Amino acid sequence: MNEQPYPEVPKLTPEDLAKQKARSKALGLVLGALVILFFIVTIAKLGGNVWNREL
Amino acid sequence: MSLVTDRLYEEAPRPLVSQGTARDYYELLKPRVMQLVIFTALVGMLTAHEPINPIIGFASILAIAIGAGASGCLNMWYDATIDGLMERTAKRPIPSGAIAPGEALAFGMTLSIGSVLFLGLITNWYAAGFLAFTIFFYVVVYTMWLKHWTVQNIVIGGAAGAFPPMIGYMAVTGSVNLETFLQFLIIFIWTPPHFWALALVKSKDYARAGVPMLPVIAGGIETRRQILIYSILLAPVGMAPALFGYTSLVYLAISALSGGIMIWLAYDLYRKRDGDTARKASYRLFGTSILYLFVLFAALLLEEIVPMMIPMLIGRNLI
Repeated sequence: MNEQPYPEVPKLTPEDLAKQKARSKALGLVLGALVILFFIVTIAKLGGNVWNREL
Repeated sequence: MSLVTDRLYEEAPRPLVSQGTARDYYELLKPRVMQLVIFTALVGMLTAHEPINPIIGFASILAIAIGAGASGCLNMWYDATIDGLMERTAKRPIPSGAIAPGEALAFGMTLSIGSVLFLGLITNWYAAGFLAFTIFFYVVVYTMWLKHWTVQNIVIGGAAGAFPPMIGYMAVTGSVNLETFLQFLIIFIWTPPHFWALALVKSKDYARAGVPMLPVIAGGIETRRQILIYSILLAPVGMAPALFGYTSLVYLAISALSGGIMIWLAYDLYRKRDGDTARKASYRLFGTSILYLFVLFAALLLEEIVPMMIPMLIGRNLI
């Protein structure tokens, strides 16, 4: 079998990795904030109606 | 086309991952413009005089601000090439190489769709539709068409920056009224003298990039004349909320005084046409115009807040 070698993948520099990590952290924080915001907004939209149900 | 693109990619290999930091993405949203949008949308919202849950109000302002930021991001994506030619904008994230154009496009589109949907779900679809129209107007009508085509680019395009008070009001009421239209008009008439004062100083930048700004096409003298005309128009428009009976005499006095200062500085710029004094006069008008809009909307904000606060303070025996 004539196998072709995979092209060599250049490695990320420490600077690339640091930026990637910082971006991931920021994205995580934004997503977390959105989860909290959507939850709070949902409760605010429901208002007192959340109690108006048959038990 | 694809051959050219492929060759370009071969000659300039792209980095493996995005080179942008979180701050670069933040810069894509034009944070200074967002501050103006937040402030004016808040004033529009309070003008409604209708109760709104503070959490929904906060989230609405956030959605409007993100929508404005998204349109700024898409503007930077489309104009990345000419931004790179201008000293003022060369350090923006795309021309500086920090963020790839495709990343900015995806970021801007995601935020545009997300902000419109979010505003629609938490308030009403009229406000969401207005926000979508504002993004469309800024990105397609202004950035892709007017900016590169006509000397009246920022006159007409200024409407996009003037819509937020109306969107804020619409988020609460589902409609617009004359008061918010007057707020729109203030920002709309304010935009030309504000931008042209800066364009006078940066006209070489605009000429290099081929953007038909007024100083490039009509020259410095005509631009100064137009700035003076718009400043004279701006003064009564700034006073209009009081003249129509929406605000007190305090606002009338503040708007008359600040309108007078704008006219005086525009006249000063009209007289000073050469050298360093002309340059300083341009910067002075540009800086003062920012302060002018802030003072006017701060006064409008206080006109709404103070009457609400007084009964509360009396109730707690604080007055």
